[in-house]
Amino acid sequence: MTDAVTDAGTDPPTGDDITPFQVDARGKPCPIPIIMLAKAARTLAPGAELTVLATDPAARYDVPAWARMTGNNFVGESETDGGAIALTVRLRMA
Amino acid sequence: MQRSRVFLDAGGSAPLSSRVVDALQAGFADGWADPARLVTESRKARGLIDGSREAIAEVMGVGADQVHFTPSIHFAFERVISGIAQMRRAQPRIVLSAIERDALMHAAIHTRPHGVELVGVDAAGHLDIDTFGAAVAADGVALAAVQHANQEIGTVQRLDPVARACADAGVPLLVDASSSIGHRDAPKYWDALVAHPADWGGPAGIAVLALSPQTRWLPTWPEGDDWAPGGVNVPLALASAVALQEREQERLATAGHLGALVEKIRATVRRLEGVEVLGDPYERLPHVVTFSCLYVDGESLLSELDREGFAVGSGSACASGSLEPSRVLASIGALTHGNVRVALHPAVTGEDVDRFLAALPEVLNRVRSRLGAPGMQ
Repeated sequence: MTDAVTDAGTDPPTGDDITPFQVDARGKPCPIPIIMLAKAARTLAPGAELTVLATDPAARYDVPAWARMTGNNFVGESETDGGAIALTVRLRMA
Repeated sequence: MQRSRVFLDAGGSAPLSSRVVDALQAGFADGWADPARLVTESRKARGLIDGSREAIAEVMGVGADQVHFTPSIHFAFERVISGIAQMRRAQPRIVLSAIERDALMHAAIHTRPHGVELVGVDAAGHLDIDTFGAAVAADGVALAAVQHANQEIGTVQRLDPVARACADAGVPLLVDASSSIGHRDAPKYWDALVAHPADWGGPAGIAVLALSPQTRWLPTWPEGDDWAPGGVNVPLALASAVALQEREQERLATAGHLGALVEKIRATVRRLEGVEVLGDPYERLPHVVTFSCLYVDGESLLSELDREGFAVGSGSACASGSLEPSRVLASIGALTHGNVRVALHPAVTGEDVDRFLAALPEVLNRVRSRLGAPGMQ
């Protein structure tokens, strides 16, 4: 599994052009999903939405807490096929 | 020169003062006989237990006959929950705050496998009293349990409305005071109360259960001593009472001294990048402060601090070896990793705290960079 943003990085979106970006943190123990999320967030433009896929049960709590502590917004969560959880954040505008 | 260790993990496990160690020795010297027998030596041992019960009862503001020694808080929770539930066996539910101790929650689930209802708390850890009131007012509640103070984040619950809701509904209330007795005034209104000597500087291996005269229960266990089958350990009981008396005599001064140190820790760690202080800033235990740090796991942070000479605690899943994150931290919406709990004891000095605060930022950075955490803006 690559330690990366799967489809972000080459072409960061502008505020108007938001596409879903994903971090694949499945199988990673805490706090690695949050570190991957924070790294990916630094490559993206303000206002971008970013989704973390995780299997660690702590991620469900830690992604919203990360958003609150860093001034970003937690958008929501959903279950994915295969038992992972998808947690989406929207990066702050400035 | 080797610097001395700084012990900041006194929650539920405080170091024993020399008076308490003396009391343990005296307990073994004078209270070695089996207190259940009729001979003079046994009467002496029994006298030590009775005196210890009286001393603890006085601090709790209850009669000595209401106070019982028991082997552990786990055992106390198990027996008192199952005993009260057995008396009210037509009632299928048990209502708890969502941040009760695991030991208490497991005892409740064991007693009512399908009937345990958790009532949520706010971001500071205070119980949602309206939801709690509605939960206990509904039909079929055997008992309710709410802690006095939380052992992980230090928040002190507002127990008066909790007790009122239970009294109005006719539901017995168990109060877990295992993190507060010795640090705060004992709660006034309860049907059963559990306290923990090791938390107030007494020895490990003993707990205290207090029952109100109105409390009704039925044994679900074999005939014998209900709360301490096999008998009470006399030296542990005596040392528990001596430790509580010592704490009570100094309680205001200790709370002032430790409270100032906690304020200093709160103010300092709050300024660190990616660090959040947890729990109610005012309604809290005077000697406990907890904070969580982004991009580190609790186990690495604790080990690294330990190597530097500082013992702290953690509520983190990563440190406890369980995959499930701390229920307390999840319930208040806090970060569940990188958690540090500092629980002070009376001998901690301002210099100890200054050294800890001086070491913390570098340790945090070291663990963060080892894990490949992004640079902090």
